[in-house]
Amino acid sequence: MCLFQSVMNYFPEEVLEHVFDFLTSHRDRNAVSLVCKSWYSVERFSREKVFIGNCYAVDPERLIARFPRVRSLTLKGKPHFADFNLVPHDWGGYVYPWIEAMAKNGINLEELRLKRMVVSDESLELLAKSFPNFKSLVLVSCDGFSTDGLAAIASNCRFLRELDLQENEVDDRKGQWLSCFPDTCTSLVSLNFACLKGEASVAALERLVARCRNLRSLRLNHAVPLDTLQKILVQAPQLNDLGTGTFVHDPDSDAYCKLKNAIKKCKSIRSLSGFLDVNTRCLPAVYPICTNLTSLNLSYAPGIYSSELIKLICHCKKLERLWILDTIGDKGLDVVASTCKELQELRVFPSDLYGVGNAAVTEEGLVAVSAGCPKLNSLLYFCQQMTNAALITVAKNCPNFIRFRLCTLDPTIPDAVTNQPLDEGFGAIVQSCKGLKRLSVSGLLTDQVFLYIGMYAEQLEMLSIAFAGDSDKGMLYVLNGCKKLKKLEIRDSPFGNVALLADVGKYETMRSLWMSSCEVTFGACKTLAEKMPRLNVEIINEGEQIEASPDDRHRVEKMYLYRTLVGPRRDAPDFVWTL
Amino acid sequence: MEGVMSHASDLNLKATELRLGLPGTDERDDVESVARNNKRALPESANDSGSKGGKSIDHENAPAPKAQIVGWPPVRSYRKNNLEAKKTETETGMYVKVSMDGAPYLRKIDLSIYNGYAELLKALESMFKLTIGDYSEREGYKGSEYAPAYEDKDGDLMLVGDVPWDMFMSSCKRLRIMKGSDASGLGCGV
Repeated sequence: MCLFQSVMNYFPEEVLEHVFDFLTSHRDRNAVSLVCKSWYSVERFSREKVFIGNCYAVDPERLIARFPRVRSLTLKGKPHFADFNLVPHDWGGYVYPWIEAMAKNGINLEELRLKRMVVSDESLELLAKSFPNFKSLVLVSCDGFSTDGLAAIASNCRFLRELDLQENEVDDRKGQWLSCFPDTCTSLVSLNFACLKGEASVAALERLVARCRNLRSLRLNHAVPLDTLQKILVQAPQLNDLGTGTFVHDPDSDAYCKLKNAIKKCKSIRSLSGFLDVNTRCLPAVYPICTNLTSLNLSYAPGIYSSELIKLICHCKKLERLWILDTIGDKGLDVVASTCKELQELRVFPSDLYGVGNAAVTEEGLVAVSAGCPKLNSLLYFCQQMTNAALITVAKNCPNFIRFRLCTLDPTIPDAVTNQPLDEGFGAIVQSCKGLKRLSVSGLLTDQVFLYIGMYAEQLEMLSIAFAGDSDKGMLYVLNGCKKLKKLEIRDSPFGNVALLADVGKYETMRSLWMSSCEVTFGACKTLAEKMPRLNVEIINEGEQIEASPDDRHRVEKMYLYRTLVGPRRDAPDFVWTL
Repeated sequence: MEGVMSHASDLNLKATELRLGLPGTDERDDVESVARNNKRALPESANDSGSKGGKSIDHENAPAPKAQIVGWPPVRSYRKNNLEAKKTETETGMYVKVSMDGAPYLRKIDLSIYNGYAELLKALESMFKLTIGDYSEREGYKGSEYAPAYEDKDGDLMLVGDVPWDMFMSSCKRLRIMKGSDASGLGCGV
C-alpha cells in the first residue's frame, strides 16, 4: 500500500491528467475521482464535461466549486412523467439560476444540453451575452422560451456551431430570428428548428446555409417549402443529416424535377426525417439516398400510408435506426424485417391516440422484426395487443436488448390469445436480455412479473410501471432485486406504505422515485422524509388537500422523491410540499 | 377483470402452464386487487378536446375506459399535439370557403366528406341552386352557366377537376363558382 502510494505520487499531475483525458464516460471519471485525494483533485480540475441527471440533486454553486473548468453542462429537470401531463406546468426545473451562477463566476461555458427544463427568454439572452466561446445549445422537451430568445442566441454567439431544438414547446413570435445570424456567422454545423410552428425567413435561411460550409445537420420546420429545400440542397450537398419541412409539390413540376436532381447529389446523407406535410407522389425523390441511410424518422408523417412506407423502406438496406408510426402495420414490419438487417433501434409510435383505430400493430409485427433483425437492441413499441408467446419468441431471437419499452394501447390488456397476464412474456425478456438497462411494462400484469424482474434484471437502471401488480410484494421484489436501479416510476398501481418504507436506504442509491395514484399515504411519506434527510420527498397537491396538515392516512396522489446534497429546493411552487 | 379470471379458471389453464417462477410460488388470487386496478376511475383527460367520448376497443376483456386516462398512451405532449393538429385537419373536416359571383355572402363546405368530384359538384349544385354541367379535360365545363374554380396553395385560380382528387383536397384553399362568361379563360370552350 505504501509503495503503491509513493509510486503513484511519483507521477506528475500532468501525466495523470493526460491519462484521465482518455476517460470519456462520466461514470469512469466519477469512479476515478474516488480513488484518493490527489486523483480527486486532478480529476476535478481537468473535468470539462459535467452531466447532472437531476438539476435539484446539487446546485450551481457546488458545480462551480468542484469543477471550475467546466465547459459543457448537461442538465435534466422535470421527472419523466412530466412528458405525459402528469406533472403540473410550473413544478420547476428552471435553468436561469445555473446560467446566472456560471456567468457570475466566469465559467467558460461552451456547451449546454437541457432536457425537460424551463428555459426563459431571459435565460437565453443571459446565456448569449455571457459566454463568448459558446458553441452548442441543445434543448430537448423544454418550454418557456420564444423565438425572441433564439434571436438573442443567433445575434450574439459568434462561434455558434450547434442549435438543436428537439420537441420543445416554443412560443413563435413570428420574428425574424433566422435573420439575426450575422453575415459573419459561418460556423454552424448543426441547425434543427423542426419544432417551431411559425414561418421562417426563407431568404435568410438560404443565405445562412450558403455561407456555413461546415453545415452537416439541418432539420427544417413545416413552414419551409419544397422549392426552398431544393435551393438549400444545391448549396449544401455535404449534409449528412436532413429533416425536410413540407414535402408537398406537384410531382410534374419543374421545381420537383430540380429537387430530384439536387437530392441525388447529396451523397453524404445518412439520416433523414421530417415530411411534416407530404404528398406521397413526391416521395420517390428520396429513393436514391435511401440506400445509404442509417437513420430514418417518419414518426411525424401521418400522411404517408402503409404502402408508400413499404416502398420507401425497401430501399433502406443499411438502416440502423427506424422511428415510424403504427400506420406501417404488421405487413410493413415484415418488410422491415426482411430488408433492414442492420437494424438496432426501432420505435413504433401510435397514430391514433384514442386506441380505437384499425391502424395499429400487433405482436406479429414485433416477432417478425425480432426474427429478421438480430442486431436489434432498443425498442419502443406501441401496440394494439400482445401475447406471452410472442414476447418469449422475441426474447429468444434478440437477447441483446438494452432498452425494451412496450406499451399496449389498452394499459391492462391481457394476452390476446390466452387471456393470461403478460407476466411470462416480460419474464422471458428479462431472463434472456442480460444487459437490459431500461424496461417499460404494460398490459395485464400481476406481482409475478416483478418477481421475475427482481430476479433477473441485474443491469436494470430504469423501470416504468403503470396499472400493474397486485400488492406491495411487487414493488418489494423490484427494490430488493434490482441492484443497479436508478430511476423507478410507477403510476396507478396498488403499491403502498409497506413497500415504500421497507428499505429506505435504497433511495439514496437511486436518482429518483415517482409514485402517482398508488396506495402510499401522507403519513408514510412523512416518515420516510424524517428518516432520510438527504432525500427530498415532494408531494404534489393539485387543489385537493390545501389544509395545513392533511390526515396521515390520506392517500398521496403524486409523490416524487430524489436524493440531493442541497436540501429542499427554494423554488418549489405552492402546490409542491417538500416534507 | 373479473371476466378474465373466471374465463381462465373455466379452462384451468393455470394448472398446466409452464412457469418461470420459483417452485411453490403461489398463484395470485387477489382478483379484487386486479379488478381494483382497472376500476381505478381516472379523471377526465385534459386532452379531451377531440375525444371520441368513451368509445372502447372492441375487446371483451377491457373494462377500463379508453380516451379518458390522463397520460395514456404515454406519448410526449409535443408529439400528441402535433398528431392532433394533423388529425384535426384531415379527420375532423377540411372546411373551405365557397364564394359565388354575385352572391351576398359566402358558404363553407367540408371537403373531406366527399369521395370525389362528382359528389362535390352535386353538393355545390344543391347548395347554390344551379347547374354545373359535365367536366371534360379539353373543354372544362362546357355548356354550363357556371364553372367551379379553386384557389390553390400558391394562390392561383384553377379549374376544378384537372388533378386527382387527393391532390385537389390537399391543395384547395377556397372554392369559387364563376359565371360561365367569366370562366371562358379557364377552359370552357369558346
